[in-house]
Amino acid sequence: MNYIDPHIHMISRVTDDYHRMAQCSCVAVSEPAFWAGFDRGSAEGFRDYFHHLTEIEPKRAALFGIQHYSWLCINAKEAENVKLSRDVIAIIPDYINKPNVLGIGEIGLNKNTANEAVIFQEHVDLAMKLNELILIHTPHLEDKYKGTRMIIDMLKNDRRVKPERVCIDHVEEHTVRFALDGGFWCAMTLYPTTKCTPQRAVDILEMVGTDRIMVNSAGDWGKSDPLAVPEFMLEMKRRGHPAETIRKVVHDNPLSFWRQCARWKEWPVAAPQTVNAMDKKDRSKVPANV
Amino acid sequence: MTPLPASTALDSHFLEARCKLLDLAAILDRIGRGTGANGVANDPRLARIREALEVIADQSGGRAERLQQIFSLDYDPKWKIPQPRY
Repeated sequence: MNYIDPHIHMISRVTDDYHRMAQCSCVAVSEPAFWAGFDRGSAEGFRDYFHHLTEIEPKRAALFGIQHYSWLCINAKEAENVKLSRDVIAIIPDYINKPNVLGIGEIGLNKNTANEAVIFQEHVDLAMKLNELILIHTPHLEDKYKGTRMIIDMLKNDRRVKPERVCIDHVEEHTVRFALDGGFWCAMTLYPTTKCTPQRAVDILEMVGTDRIMVNSAGDWGKSDPLAVPEFMLEMKRRGHPAETIRKVVHDNPLSFWRQCARWKEWPVAAPQTVNAMDKKDRSKVPANV
Repeated sequence: MTPLPASTALDSHFLEARCKLLDLAAILDRIGRGTGANGVANDPRLARIREALEVIADQSGGRAERLQQIFSLDYDPKWKIPQPRY
């Protein structure tokens, strides 16, 4: 069964991961802009990052027949630096109309500070001005409940925001209903130790249903599993849930959300390329180390 | 979505639950036999673990969500919301 991983940081993953994901029938990913593991010194560093997200990574994914999409922003952790954040928000319009960009994200809160909230709202202002979809990071661990409530407060406070054009990510047992009851899309992240296991994600689906909800790996530079979505699919299958229910969560739902993007184009069905099968001309289009 | 029959869920997950309980017991033992164990006896994180264990033993359901609340900071609905710029 084809699947989509709607949140994975492929910049942090090796090419072998694309290979294994393709072997498991991954057909598309989306990669939100995130924290690189260190605070960047200037907005110019984000230009390189946005170039990577919008130009380089789609070519690397295409080698394995995987469609690559991205989201642009300055992440919640670096948003504590308001000056840097405003400089980065100012350059987003230079990249937003690249064909693989789905919208603004993953914006959100990290430690639920006043500065983070100000920059969150300024990202929402930009998204509303440009008519963009929004992908939202909710905080980790003890900060998640409070941060999710604050994020939903801000979204409901902004009358321009259409909930069906917003996805609230990293929901868990104590936050999923706030997202769904507000009319938003939401996503569960299958990530070791700090987020959902595939088993708990299936439990949550059994409690809240399969409308406006998806799952992702959020694979990144931490200990994480780029094949977490197939693990979830296996758990669904083990419990006897029908194929159409599994497909809705891992394929149809992310597509339904993404298709609201004004730049959306249905992708052509094509056989995956392999590095060996590529001719010299094609090879010149992809990174030299591939 | 229809959940597994209870007997099937028990058959499927009994050993997994046993394993996770053993892991938890071993973690608490590890903390308890470490040097300076008395110094962390009143650590609020241990208090939260003890509170969580009470929820696990409770039969009234919704345990996972209740555990999440134990490990969550409080939300203040009167926090100062930044205003949109229209």
